[in-house]
Amino acid sequence: MSVILETKNINKYFYEPVEFHVLKNISIRLNTGEFVSIMGKSGCGKSTLLYILSTMDTQYEGDLFIDGENMSHLDNSELARIRNEKIGFVFQFHYLLPEFSVLKNVMLPALKLGRESEAIIKAKALDKLEMLGVASQAYNKASSISGGQKQRVSIARALINDPKIIMGDEPTGNLDSKNAENVFNILKKLSVEQNMSLLIVTHDLDFANKTDRIIEMGDGVIIK
Amino acid sequence: MSGIGLILDIAVTHLTSKLKQTSIAALGVMFGIGTYIIMMSFMTGLNLLLDGLVLNRTPHVQIYNRTDPSEIQPVEKYGIYQDDVHVIHSIKPKSRLDRIHNALPLLTDLRNDIKVNGATPQTTCKVFYLAGTNNLNGIINGVEVDEEMRLFNFKEYIVEGDAHSLIKRKNSVLLGAGVAKKLSLSVGDRVQVLSTSGVTYTLNIGGIFQSGLAEVDDVQSYVNLTMAQQILGVGSNYISRIHVKLNDIDQAVPMSQTIEDLYDVKALDILTANAQFDTGSDIRTLISYAVSITLLIVAGFGIYNILNMLIYEKMDDIAILKATGFSGNDIMLIFIIQALVIGLVGGILGVSLGYGVSVIIDNIPFVTEAVPTIDTYPINYDPMFYFTGVGFAIVCTFLAGYLPALKARKIDPVDIIRGK
Ligand SMILES: Nc1ncnc2c1ncn2[C@@H]1O[C@H](COP(=O)(O)OP(=O)(O)O)[C@@H](O)[C@H]1O
Ligand SMILES: [Mg+2]
Repeated sequence: MSVILETKNINKYFYEPVEFHVLKNISIRLNTGEFVSIMGKSGCGKSTLLYILSTMDTQYEGDLFIDGENMSHLDNSELARIRNEKIGFVFQFHYLLPEFSVLKNVMLPALKLGRESEAIIKAKALDKLEMLGVASQAYNKASSISGGQKQRVSIARALINDPKIIMGDEPTGNLDSKNAENVFNILKKLSVEQNMSLLIVTHDLDFANKTDRIIEMGDGVIIK
Repeated sequence: MSGIGLILDIAVTHLTSKLKQTSIAALGVMFGIGTYIIMMSFMTGLNLLLDGLVLNRTPHVQIYNRTDPSEIQPVEKYGIYQDDVHVIHSIKPKSRLDRIHNALPLLTDLRNDIKVNGATPQTTCKVFYLAGTNNLNGIINGVEVDEEMRLFNFKEYIVEGDAHSLIKRKNSVLLGAGVAKKLSLSVGDRVQVLSTSGVTYTLNIGGIFQSGLAEVDDVQSYVNLTMAQQILGVGSNYISRIHVKLNDIDQAVPMSQTIEDLYDVKALDILTANAQFDTGSDIRTLISYAVSITLLIVAGFGIYNILNMLIYEKMDDIAILKATGFSGNDIMLIFIIQALVIGLVGGILGVSLGYGVSVIIDNIPFVTEAVPTIDTYPINYDPMFYFTGVGFAIVCTFLAGYLPALKARKIDPVDIIRGK
């Protein structure tokens, strides 16, 4: 079984307002096709860890390997390229570019990657929207759709470049239980059918229990 | 669509979402560029008009007889006093004739010179215009009128009648406008002139001449060269001045030097004769630039402001774009393009405004005694101003957009996302 993501002794400090050792010797591993959830009480450092794993935060010590490549040595534009190509990120609150259409929001990362023609990207984006049940909103402005719909559109956007890993920071935190269930099913399907690797921070124990494995965190350390 | 097309698409979407503010920023650029073009067109139009008035009509080199005191005084040549200090009071120029010595060979030499466009001889005689019991002081210039027309726009001076009448009839005269007014004469009338030797000549008025300079128009008239020589009672080799027009005005200084070296004459070049003239042109140009650049700087601050505001408002967008794989440079480009679009749109509007107002100014009547040849304000439609205007707009907006764009590039998406 191949490893898609691995960390070796990641440490992170905040210096403002006071020095604070927020992540302590984090070493975790995510296998290809695995659906893993991260749990832990509020403030223990889950989001902070996820920002590092997604390569957005580069202020840390230790090593991060994605798809066998050490991220610690790459510069910002190389990291942007990795995020674009290999990582799909689903935020809790930060959704979409409000002035663009739903469809355009989904297409943007693929247009940036430039691997396929615009027509193909558009077809793919409509496909993903269909899969997530929001195809009817494709040509509406992103600012005009509901919260649950936005979350599903942002999942579609995370999927558009067929990334190796999907990361989510409480992607169901803002959804009612029916929508949360729906999103879980979609993610599960991706893991099973497309052998995608998923790393999802969640507060929802029901959600976590249905994943392959739970990583439990407490105050900057991995408990299990 | 990828690469720059995608960046452009995002930039334009941002701009259109804030249409009001971006329009105002573009209007700022428009007024800056518009004013630049209007001022430059008008100011240089004025400069060209004045150039035309003075420079085009002024000979590049004027040749006349030297009347300076001799540089070497007789005492200095006298051997005994060689080592002494000479103190000579009241040096006066030696008396000389008004005519240029050996004028005809000089004229031929000049006309054969490839650097010379043309050379015209003039013979000047002082006369009295006779009107009843009044004698009016005057000067009559004998000219070769067709060469004067070809080289020095002589035709522009003739406000009534026909300059060619000098060729058709030997005793024809182009009377100064001031003289004609004082003597109540018009084209077709006759005027009597009294030469200094006491002979009276009757001349037919073939035209009225007006230079715009009252002190000239009140005394001066033109006749054929041979007529002037006849009034003076001299031969055809009697020439008081030679006016030279060169192919290249920049040759005026070396050319006049050469002439002075080769012949015993005084040669005055146009730059020395009109030294104060260029200064006026330069200052007008300088003022135009100062005003336009000030306006553009104000417009630049407008753009700087709106982009800062846009970046502040689009913080979330920037974070999302960066999180989904757009690099800092992509983001920077998005905002620089916004600045450039504002600059380009403002620049194009400014060019249109500048052209429109120039056309309006060009049609405003402007009638003046001093310049009989024009009837509207002068405008110079040099395409150069339009290109520099747009160039200015782009450079200014780029500079105004650069700092905010740099800021956008540095925004850390984690800060924004965590902040929620
Ligand atoms: N930018 C920051 N500066 C200082 N402290 C921070 C910053 N961001 C988060 N923290 C602190 O780090 C800890 C971990 O935060 P976070 O990763 O958001 O926790 P979680 O997502 O597990 O709730 C918290 O105590 C939080 O107050
Ligand atoms: Mg969190």
